Amino acid sequence: MKAFAALYRDLDASTSRLAKQAALQRYLRAAPHEDAAWAVYFLAGGKPRQLVPVKLLRLLAQEAAGLPEWLFEESYQAVGDLAETIALLLPPPDDAHDLGLAQWVQAHLLPLRGAPADELPERLRTQWRRLAPDERLVYFKLITGAFRVGVSKLQVTQALAAVGGVDAKRVAQRLMGYTHIGARPDAGAYAALIAPEAAQEREAQTSGQPYPFFLAHPFNADVAQFDALLGPPAGWLVEWKWDGIRAQLVKRAGQVWLWSRGEELVTERFPELAAMGEALPDGTVLDGEIVVWRDARAQPFADLQKRIGRKTLGPKLLRDVPVVLLAYDLIEHEGRDLRALPQDKRRALLDELLREVNHPLLIPSPVIEGDDWPQLARLRESARERGVEGMMLKRRDAQYGVGRTKDVGVWWKWKIDPLSIDAVLVYAQRGHGRRASLYTDYTFAVWDGPPGSADRKLVPFAKAYSGLTDAEMARVDAVIRKTTVESFGPVRSVKPTLVFELGFEGIARSTRHKSGVAVRFPRMLRWREDKPVEEADTLQTLEALLPP
Amino acid sequence: MAGALRGGARPTIAAMADETLPPAAAPPRPDDLVIARPEGLYCPPGDFYIDPWKPVERAVVTHGHSDHARPGHAHYLAHADSEGVLRQRLGADITLQTLAYGEAIEHRGVRVSLHPAGHVLGSAQVRLEHGGRVWVASGDYKTEPDGTCAPFEPVPCDTFITESTFGLPIYRWPAQPQLFAEIDAWWRRNAEEGRASVLFCYAFGKAQRILHGVDASIGPVVVHGAVEPLNAVYRAAGVALPPTLRVTDPGVDAALLKRALVLAPPSAQGTPWLRRFGQYADAFASGWMQLRGTRRRRGVDRGFVMSDHADWPGLERAIGATGAQRVIVTHGSVAVMVRWLRECGLDAQGFATEYGEEDEASAPSPAGGGLGRGPAADDADAAGPHPDLPPAGEGESASP
Repeated sequence: MKAFAALYRDLDASTSRLAKQAALQRYLRAAPHEDAAWAVYFLAGGKPRQLVPVKLLRLLAQEAAGLPEWLFEESYQAVGDLAETIALLLPPPDDAHDLGLAQWVQAHLLPLRGAPADELPERLRTQWRRLAPDERLVYFKLITGAFRVGVSKLQVTQALAAVGGVDAKRVAQRLMGYTHIGARPDAGAYAALIAPEAAQEREAQTSGQPYPFFLAHPFNADVAQFDALLGPPAGWLVEWKWDGIRAQLVKRAGQVWLWSRGEELVTERFPELAAMGEALPDGTVLDGEIVVWRDARAQPFADLQKRIGRKTLGPKLLRDVPVVLLAYDLIEHEGRDLRALPQDKRRALLDELLREVNHPLLIPSPVIEGDDWPQLARLRESARERGVEGMMLKRRDAQYGVGRTKDVGVWWKWKIDPLSIDAVLVYAQRGHGRRASLYTDYTFAVWDGPPGSADRKLVPFAKAYSGLTDAEMARVDAVIRKTTVESFGPVRSVKPTLVFELGFEGIARSTRHKSGVAVRFPRMLRWREDKPVEEADTLQTLEALLPP
Repeated sequence: MAGALRGGARPTIAAMADETLPPAAAPPRPDDLVIARPEGLYCPPGDFYIDPWKPVERAVVTHGHSDHARPGHAHYLAHADSEGVLRQRLGADITLQTLAYGEAIEHRGVRVSLHPAGHVLGSAQVRLEHGGRVWVASGDYKTEPDGTCAPFEPVPCDTFITESTFGLPIYRWPAQPQLFAEIDAWWRRNAEEGRASVLFCYAFGKAQRILHGVDASIGPVVVHGAVEPLNAVYRAAGVALPPTLRVTDPGVDAALLKRALVLAPPSAQGTPWLRRFGQYADAFASGWMQLRGTRRRRGVDRGFVMSDHADWPGLERAIGATGAQRVIVTHGSVAVMVRWLRECGLDAQGFATEYGEEDEASAPSPAGGGLGRGPAADDADAAGPHPDLPPAGEGESASP
């Protein structure tokens, strides 16, 4: 645990990629495999199921620190991270230990889940009394599941590759599913990550492991430049960019697995797709998008969300919100890894397979034909009516790469411009992480009547916290402090003086929101310092953007 | 999974209203020895101000930081060790009377004396005695001795006027030896690896504390132009500082800089002045570095938790040691400190002030201290735009 806490401190104390990479490799080389196994799990984004109810943890920490609840809350608001707050507030340790990370996780942390409620307080207190301040930060971060330290999964992959002397892409492949929520990585699992590559490494083909997703890059250029930048459209496979859940469907040895892009196993969330997978031949991996499908078209993402949030999927929900897999790539076929084949070839094999399987819940993502870029650009104008985000441009000779790479081929996402509206900032809340203590999270409102109408009010409709530069954020923070009307715990209501152009990807009716609409991915496009509050947009303008 | 929907209003606002902190400000009482006026803290029977922010006839100045020592007053009273800084910053010709610690004068029936505040060289608490009442205005203070100025002394009083820059229990400073061991280790490692160690710190107070405390045998020490004049003031007052170099000094070359500890004001961050150091490591020394968020926002490699202000336990101890039944909080986490002291059974209130511009009080104060207003006057020669958060509005004060 001490070595892992030191690694955390080293990673946290540096802004240099090289220094972080060196620290990771140093740790991995020195750590026992059983500890390294868990270190990789957490650094690569793994999170065990909730170990302790957050409320209980807060209460115990507050008691141990001898503080009233309001003062604990003020402290938390200033720090912006619960684990860090607790680590800062607890009295110094009065005991010690020399256990490694794996022992801590397996013998102490994981058993907390499901432990009898009356035993939890004493167990927790005994544990943190043994930990030094550095270790406590890590310990509480593991418990609260907010373990982030500015290291990307790619960096972890690279460190493992360097330590094992294995190709980074092979490591990425081996890491797929490693951080699964129920995973219990041990020394053997770690050894397998860094083992020399076997001549015929077939690990992926014998388990439910997916492949690392190939990710697209944004493309925003003037259509007039497309020929110069991309060549003629004939060199590209063009598809719609669906607004659903990116997923791989794996069928091997009679079993089906469905993985989301976040490497979460979602098979049980979509039983109809799991059943569909039964119809596929063994040794098949499809890449595509899960969408709600009705009347031969994709429905808004908001519909899909109705299913994501549910713990139990009743027959009514399955009936009301039917999903399909829109398949666009075949990455494993008859047990063979097809990723090195050109896009064209993979697509041909995919189409052939889908014809053979002929299942209503497995639909090929249509290929869009166009003679020239201007024609495709005109067609793209219809994206919003079709309920898609734009187009995907895939080079016909592209291999299926690993993650966000461009070395063996490229996928571009050519998205339509976001919808936008000028809205008024009405509430502000302090941010977290590097924005802790700054007011950076905002609620925006529009007017409920046209300019000049009597008694018109501002109706909140969206929250956003991205899109501003650090400098703008600091200026907005200052205005918020000066124009605060009331503070409610961490939230402030402000005198309406700030207007922002908000962008969002979609809009849908919602009964859960007072404004009657819900917008998707709202963010600030620009600060309209030129615009008086009275000229901000209205609910009517917003409603006019709703799809028919 | 694809991202979650983020639209929608905030339904729980009304339910949270009961968490609002109580109003901290209170109207003055008839016999108060110090009251808040638009010009600054004012002593009615003595007809003088303490650290006023607008020009007045008579000003008692607790210390030389620019938010406490402002230009334009007709008469200044300060500790003898503040003289050098005050004349350097406010003009050699200011009308300045100085006192030693513990030395008292009578002014219109008010007995005035200065007592060590442990904040920076010459920093003082102001003790006022009149009509059987004793008030102490502490200015800024730090309770742990650091060897560069007279250590803080608690002064018994009826009413204590305190700062609250770090008035939250999350602020607990590491002990001085541990702090310097960290700084030394960082510098030593950089020097071994052939990298300059650029440490951003406030030019007056913090820089000299670092100079006094580091192991100067590790390598040469180079200081920014904003720092050296203050070193001279400290040396003149008899504080031992290791030899310091300017980048323009003969013999200061690339090879030397690679082993050097470089002290520069925060406003130098991101300026061309730093180019000469090549691939340097950087760090920031401030109490705000206690939090990961502020540390990362600073964009430096390392943050050293080092403050000229009292931490939470220091504030508690200092307030307790005065025996005061009434406490007035001037700046920092005012609302939090007032509520806490009231819950501890003290008669507490807040004063709205304009302190917190120069030193650490200008960092983003979590409990609402606002952001800094950019480089302080003495950092002016660190040309170039301030790379950190730009000037922002005033800090939150006593009123809710």
